Parts: sequence; C-alpha cells; structure tokens
Amino acid sequence: MPARRPPLPWLKPGVFAGGLVPLVVLLWKTVHRTLGADAVAIGLNQLGYLALVFLISALACTPVKLVTGWTWPIRIRRMLGLFAAFYATLHFTTYVAIDQQFDWRVLLADITKRNFIIVGFLAYLLLLPLAATSTDASVRRLGFKRWKAVHRLAYVAGVLAVIHFIWRVKIDVTEPVVWAVILGVGFAIRIIDELRTRRKREVRPFALRDPAT
Amino acid sequence: MTKPRTPEPPEAEVTPEPLYMRRREFLRNAGLATLTAGGTGAGLLAITGNGPGLSSGKGTPAPEPAPLKVLGRYSTSETPTRYEDITHYNNFYEFGTDKVDPSENAGTLRTRPWTVSIEGLVKKPLTVDIDQLLKWFPLEERIYRMRCVEAWSMVIPWMGFPLADFVKRVEPLGSAKYLAFQTLLDPQQMPLQRSHILDWPYVEGLRMDEALNPLSLFAVGLYGKTLPNQDGAPIRLVTPWKYGFKGIKSIVKVSFVEKQPPTTWNLAASREYGFYANVNPAVDHPRWSQATERRVGEFARRKTLPFNGYGEEVAQLYAGLDPKTLY
Repeated sequence: MPARRPPLPWLKPGVFAGGLVPLVVLLWKTVHRTLGADAVAIGLNQLGYLALVFLISALACTPVKLVTGWTWPIRIRRMLGLFAAFYATLHFTTYVAIDQQFDWRVLLADITKRNFIIVGFLAYLLLLPLAATSTDASVRRLGFKRWKAVHRLAYVAGVLAVIHFIWRVKIDVTEPVVWAVILGVGFAIRIIDELRTRRKREVRPFALRDPAT
Repeated sequence: MTKPRTPEPPEAEVTPEPLYMRRREFLRNAGLATLTAGGTGAGLLAITGNGPGLSSGKGTPAPEPAPLKVLGRYSTSETPTRYEDITHYNNFYEFGTDKVDPSENAGTLRTRPWTVSIEGLVKKPLTVDIDQLLKWFPLEERIYRMRCVEAWSMVIPWMGFPLADFVKRVEPLGSAKYLAFQTLLDPQQMPLQRSHILDWPYVEGLRMDEALNPLSLFAVGLYGKTLPNQDGAPIRLVTPWKYGFKGIKSIVKVSFVEKQPPTTWNLAASREYGFYANVNPAVDHPRWSQATERRVGEFARRKTLPFNGYGEEVAQLYAGLDPKTLY
C-alpha cells in the first residue's frame, strides 16, 4: 500500500541545498563588501575552487563505492557533476565578464599563450557536453555503452582542472597536490578493481573445466 | 451531572494512519536533509577558505584620512588605498601564503628590541638599534604606487627616509657595487620559516645606483603611524618602480657587496622572477600578462605603466640595457 519511495530521500535535497551555501555566502559577502581587498580575484578563485571540489567529489563516488560498498555516493554523483559544471561556468563567466571585462584581445592572448588558462579552459569545455547529456533521456538516446564512454571525459577534465590549479599557484602547491592525490587514489582504486574483475573473468572458465580433466 | 462528551471529530478530519506515519517520516527526512545541507555547506566553506570571519577587517581602527597638505615631490596625488586593505592584503610568506594570513599571524613578531647590522664594504661596519636608526634622519611621507607581480596594485602613504641618506651615512667603499638586504630569520616569530616554500631568510638586493635613486625608501610607517607587523615592521624597503616582492620586509641586515647578490624569488623560480623586477607591461610573467592590473578597491582593470609610472625618475638607470632582461 505505501508507494515505493527511494531510499534516503533526504540525501539529494540536502546535498543540493548544501552545494548552494557557498554561493549564497559569496553573494552575501560581495553585497556587503566583506569579501576582501581584491574581491574580484577572491571571488574568481573561490568559484574555481568550488568547481574543482565538486568535480573531484563526483569522480570519487565510484572509488568510494568500490571500497566501502556504499551505494549512496552513486546516487548523488550526477548532482555533484552538475554542480561542478555550474561553478565552472560561474568561474569562467567571472573571468571573462568581471575580471577581464570582455577584453577580447587579452582573452585571446590568455587562451592561446598561457598554459594554465589553456588547460583550465579545456577542462571547462569538456564539462559542457557532459552536463548537456546528463539526463536519463540522454542515456537512453546514446545507449548506455556510448554514454558511459562519453562521460569518461570527466576523468580528463579532473586531471586538467588539477593541473590548472597547480600551474596557477605562485609557489606553495600543497593544496592542489592534495586534490591531485585524492584524484590519483581514486584512479588507483578503479584500476585495481578493473584488473581484479578481469582476472576473475579469465580464471573462472578454466577453474570450471579443471575437475573434468 | 452528565459528563460533557468530547465530540468525536468527524471522520474526514482524522488523519489517516499512513499519512500520519508519512508526516513523521517527512519531518525526519526534512531534519536529515537540513543536517546534510549544513554539513555539505560548512564543509565546502571550510575547504575553500570562505569562513565567516574572512577579512572583515574588524578590530583595526582605520586612521583618519590624512588632512590635505602639500605633497612631496615624489608623492602621487592618487587616492590612497584604504588602511584596512593595505593591512589585510599582504604577501608576507613568513606568516602564511594567503593574503589575510599576515594580518592574523604577524602578532608573533617582536619589533623591539631590534637591530640592523650594516656589514661588508663600508668604512665602519656596525650594528645599530632601530630606535637609534630612526633618529638618524627626519621622517617624511611618500605616497607611492605599489604594483605587485601578481597584477594588483595599491597606493600607499609610507613614512620613512630615503635609502640614499642611509647609504651616504654609512659610507660604502668604492668597491661596493650592490646592497644585499636580509629579513629576520626566527621560526619562533615567523612560523612559516619552518616550511620550505622559500629559502629562508628572505633576501633582496639593489644595485648601488638604484639604492641611491631618490625614490628608494626605507619605510617605517604607514598612514602616519608605526608600520604594522604584517607590512614589514619595523623597517622595510620600498622601490616603487619595481614589483612589490623587491620590497623586503623586517630587515635585520644590509651588506654592501661587490657582486650581484642572490634574491629569494629569483632563487625560487629564476624564469619568472629576475633580479631587477622592474614593472614592465610589455614583458609578461611566463604565466600571466603584466599589461594590466587591478587597483585594490577598484573594479575595472587599469593599464600598467612602464616602471610603474616612475620612468622619469629611473629610466636612465637602465639606459643601454635590454628592458626584456630587467624582469
């Protein structure tokens, strides 16, 4: 009689509201002029940092599931990825519209000459098709296999985003390196898991045949 | 007496049991969602360093704006940056790499007693107490532009005395071609000196003719007050035509030497930071453009000027040198 309800119904609304908190704080501080002396630079950095945190969190969902067996990270993975694209868009728009004020000459020079901007821009470009094909309908339209292959681009975006961060920092790379390590550990877990399942697949038929001989 | 019977509520008003159960579940879920939101939000704020107290600047009484007065020959008439910003947006890595770190952490620096040792190729090497040194010359105000290599800038009303006066007083030998400056080395007072982000102590240098240029200043005050610790107390270098990192803070040693001395940022990344560090909009930092800057407190970027607008005073120092090598 009770309708089938998804487990943990509070998870998604909670993460959604929490994901918007930094934006609200940022806007609040901007309006009240308490963001700091160089508010544009601080806002720009924070939006970029938020995009990175969400992207790495989205990429951490599967490794966390593999290690712990929890399934809830998978349920918020799409939302985390969309938050990453959302904050990356705000980061990019702030850079173009507020920091550089649509100075196309400077923007063109930045995007062609400066490695850290090139990799950051590429990371952002990669996120766009992923956000656009994030719906269930897209999965059906593309077919799961192809959809999954396309969404592997998220790993590339994650690596590029971390490089963007490392190259931007003046000298103390501790913070970006922490994110690189989180990303790397996630990759390692996936690779180990992949190798294990492959070995199982190879070993099993042999094991089945064994008693017969 | 007949006990008045509580009327049974009409059937329609009774909450059906499943709905009643669902409401409890709803409240529980709403609570959990709020907790999740709070946890996620607080976590994100903590990670990105956007805590509630960030650079509110409270507790720093800003001095009254200086009354209108005749500006010295070398002072700019541009509006000075707010005291609060000059004291809460600092690069002073000995106290942390975030701009607000020095204002929060520099309280551990003890600026008295303090001595400055004058060494090397001078007639009479000596170590002088800071209070003694402050009596050597009359203090004057210099309102200078400050251009950081990170492409932001300020206008700062320094108090200090010309470096040239200092050099003349200590009588360098003819063989002295450069000045080498050194910041205090004391991890107890400067906590980040325990890290290895830079080679400590911070060192900087100037060519003798740069030091003798009337723009070069030993600053000991800001906005008519004693220099706050985070801005390099008790004594620091100011060379307004060079990027801000040349302005070595909390100086304990000045050596007169024959060869070009090593400088901290050059040691850390020689491709990005040279010895000269002259402000030049035409020479990009390898990772970003130096063509424009954002004046702290302003919204739009402004064009960066060659030698930070001090070309008239200093360009002749570099006549015949390729400006591309002067980064």
